[in-house]
Amino acid sequence: MDWELLLAIFPQVVMDGLVLGFMYALIALGYTMVYGVLELINFAHSEIFMVGGFVGVEILLTMQATGWLDTFNPFVILIFIILMGMAVSGVLAVVVERVAYRPLRGAPRLIPLISAIGVSFFLQDLVRLGESLWRNAFYLTYPSFAAFNTRIEIAETIDFSVKSVIVVVASLAMLFALQFLVTRTKLGKAIRAVAEDQPTASLMGVNVNRIISLTFLIGGAMGGAAGVLFGVQYNTINPFTGFIPGIKAFTAAVLGGIGNIPGAMVGGLVLGLLEAFAASYLSLLTGGAFGAEYKDIFAFSILIVILIFRPRGLLGEVVRERT
Amino acid sequence: MTLLEARGVVKRFGGLTAVNGVDFSLDEGRIASVIGPNGAGKTTLFNTFTGIYAPDAGDVRVGGRSIVGLTPDRITTLGVARTFQNIRLFKNMTVVENVLVGMHARVALRLWDVVGHTPAFRREEGRSVRQALDLIGLVGLSGKEDALARNLPYGDQRRLEIARALAVGPKLLLLDEPTAGMTQGEARELMAFLRRLISEFGLTILLIEHNMRVVMEISDRVTVLDHGEKIAEGPPAQVQRDARVIEAYLGRGRAGAAAP
Repeated sequence: MDWELLLAIFPQVVMDGLVLGFMYALIALGYTMVYGVLELINFAHSEIFMVGGFVGVEILLTMQATGWLDTFNPFVILIFIILMGMAVSGVLAVVVERVAYRPLRGAPRLIPLISAIGVSFFLQDLVRLGESLWRNAFYLTYPSFAAFNTRIEIAETIDFSVKSVIVVVASLAMLFALQFLVTRTKLGKAIRAVAEDQPTASLMGVNVNRIISLTFLIGGAMGGAAGVLFGVQYNTINPFTGFIPGIKAFTAAVLGGIGNIPGAMVGGLVLGLLEAFAASYLSLLTGGAFGAEYKDIFAFSILIVILIFRPRGLLGEVVRERT
Repeated sequence: MTLLEARGVVKRFGGLTAVNGVDFSLDEGRIASVIGPNGAGKTTLFNTFTGIYAPDAGDVRVGGRSIVGLTPDRITTLGVARTFQNIRLFKNMTVVENVLVGMHARVALRLWDVVGHTPAFRREEGRSVRQALDLIGLVGLSGKEDALARNLPYGDQRRLEIARALAVGPKLLLLDEPTAGMTQGEARELMAFLRRLISEFGLTILLIEHNMRVVMEISDRVTVLDHGEKIAEGPPAQVQRDARVIEAYLGRGRAGAAAP
């Protein structure tokens, strides 16, 4: 076994894992926050994420067509498309809740779940139809920025692309902002109060419907930001892009303890790192018997083991008990 | 002046009529109790006063304004706060956070104030925290501000629930069995505290209570429910002697044999 090679690629693998992990964490927040307040698995969230990616690519392609892409600083453009992605996805998530979940608030829990799956298909095909009519294609490619593809060399064998660093920094900033919002502000306390006990929260003067809308707005915005970052990082996007990251982010949310916000962050990072390590090391460690294509099997096997021993997730002890 | 007025309130659950045509009124600055055997409809009546249930018939007015059909958070902003028979704190939040949630209704902050962390935001947050700490001191929980609610001993949880209810800035405070699980000494302490709330803060209080010593000692008026209907109402001493009340508590045949 080539220990030197194993060691040499280690920092690279960690970076890949972090990029993936932060992306999962951002998406997982949407699942976990909505679950926290409604006990609903919002399967449409992966499409909220996908729509964010499309908002980014549409703005970039439009700017490219008008020639503006070269006139602005790429970082300014990046911040702009992230904000736009957040805004559109956030509002879309609020609308989805209004139209597809709120009328079913009192129904048995399986009913809104089916509604969520329906919304998911609807959004996929809506984007596919829209893009087909508009661009004659629904597999779109992010215009590349030279500035983002530059690699920062740290050592001879270690270099990170600028866009990986961007994903990590942007995610960290958003996670910190969210953590501040939830733990330190009145709105955050209201969200936590609604998650713990809706009727009591409303008796304390909290407008539960507004807080639920707000939760969808925040979760959707995080998902939208993740969509834009995903596009910038991996370049291509299509209406079905959301599915795999969505399922994995949902897994991350469960891994961290669903309903638990720090848990979603931790779960996302753990899953991202596991996947990156499996992708890079499986074939090295098994002498080529298992290749990178087994990464998901490996990552999910570990997840299953973790959940057998900690069925409420890694940070599950903080999960509130229902009476 | 009448603060709380209910007329012909009816609440049914399927075939069961939990509250059947109850009239009730409570004047400002007074303290009244609702008593009755288990299942008499006391908590259900409370729930129609706070918007948890909308009554199937009848009207409930707070300060002359009908609250039927309003959501609980709207009713709260009209000045109604309550505690629960089985304590319902936000268990995973700290003492001060629980009170701050109660303050939610009173603090006017806009989203951009929070997001932008504006001076208005910091000023309001600072003021809210100070008020919350005052309330925590008032109920005697100073020094426990940062404890998680679920880690408090039972009696402290009851106090915290009252502090949280006071945080919404109520005119009317509804307490559902506030002395449950308390010793006689603690109950006496609580009564003194309730009297203080009325004299110093001008509150109006409505209790559901099983501890008869508390009820008789503190109430201006007592209302007795049985099987969802009001069977007696009046000053404590009068209600105590009412034959129907004794019958409700002790059963037919024993009426007149013993006082409740």
